[in-house]
Amino acid sequence: MTSAKTIQMILARQLASCVAMPILLVDEVGTLIFYNEAAEELLQQRFEETGEIPADEWNRYVTVADEDRIPVPPDERPMRVALQTRRPVSRRMWSQHRGGPWRQLQVNALPLIGEADQLIGVMNIFWVVE
Amino acid sequence: MKVALWGTRGSLPTPGLDTSAYGGNTSCVAVHGKRGTMLVLDAGTGIRGLGTTIDERVRRVDILLTHLHMDHIQGLGFFAPLYRPDLDVHVWGPASARLGLRTRLMRYLSPPLFPVRLSELPCALTLHEVPSGDMRIGEFHVEAGLVCHPGATVGYRITDSDGHVVTYLPDHEPALGAETFPFSEPEWTSGGMLAQGADLLIHDSQYSAPEYEARVGWGHSSLRHMLQFGALARAKHVVPFHHDPSHSDRELDRLMGEAMDEEKPRYEVTPGREGMVFEV
Repeated sequence: MTSAKTIQMILARQLASCVAMPILLVDEVGTLIFYNEAAEELLQQRFEETGEIPADEWNRYVTVADEDRIPVPPDERPMRVALQTRRPVSRRMWSQHRGGPWRQLQVNALPLIGEADQLIGVMNIFWVVE
Repeated sequence: MKVALWGTRGSLPTPGLDTSAYGGNTSCVAVHGKRGTMLVLDAGTGIRGLGTTIDERVRRVDILLTHLHMDHIQGLGFFAPLYRPDLDVHVWGPASARLGLRTRLMRYLSPPLFPVRLSELPCALTLHEVPSGDMRIGEFHVEAGLVCHPGATVGYRITDSDGHVVTYLPDHEPALGAETFPFSEPEWTSGGMLAQGADLLIHDSQYSAPEYEARVGWGHSSLRHMLQFGALARAKHVVPFHHDPSHSDRELDRLMGEAMDEEKPRYEVTPGREGMVFEV
């Protein structure tokens, strides 16, 4: 069993489960704790099969490049920056998952701040750029 | 520990002949430890009667508020120990995202809603905001966690020195927005870990299933959801609580019976009635 989730994260998962945009939820240390059906298509894997994925592991699944196709290291990706700075980050990027096709995405990483200014994690909302 | 129900009604005090069996006072539960620690869970109108029973030798009382809706604080100003200068009263409860517990409580405990201000109470009053990690109150270990109910609302898990657990979730809608309920993972269910393996689980059961369908998002559970939540949490004994003010004793008996027939829980269920006492 994984650790207990905060009510904010439980409600975020419920929201993610009923919207069509790809959403990834990471906890305060960057562990990928949930991704929705739309994100399963991007990641080319199912959450039921992988369960939670530690930060260093799931960063290896994903290759990320900026708009000029220059690789973006894990520490500079929106999710990581949002975790470290507790600020929202929005950035257009190219992304490839497990050798699949490159897709251009607008990545929006929104820190979730709870009671007593506690950092709960980050909600990452993706828009696929047509 | 001993757990006594002083108020089991939800939303609004409901006195009257047709509610006298389950009781008309709003949420209040007393938890007595075997070494004398006393916790009061919520300050609904049931707390007035409880206050009259507190021995003069008692020097400390801890009131644990789940949230600040009126049915959970309305009795606070009528709790006699607040007017004893020799008594330490500790009130634990949630702040909101922007307002502290003191400010939120003062909205009720000040004119024109109440004649006595919080700062004028004779007792030695200390306020504590929750959730703030695990707490030690006398002989009890207490965990507070935010749960699904409108506004800042917590549930409490109380463990005594022998490892017995009482979980108190009087206002709780764990089914809200869930794709399926009960969800198979307690850690992804509101209140699931607070209630895990509880020896006694006191839980919201305000609505019938059809009533719930018309009140999704109001912050409460149907009787069936309550029974399903009890199974998910592997609770040993569940007490349906926070009865809807529109339900008479006769209706509650019928609704409880129907829900029990449908869910067939494999654990003990005792519908909460005012005056009941449980040994845990």
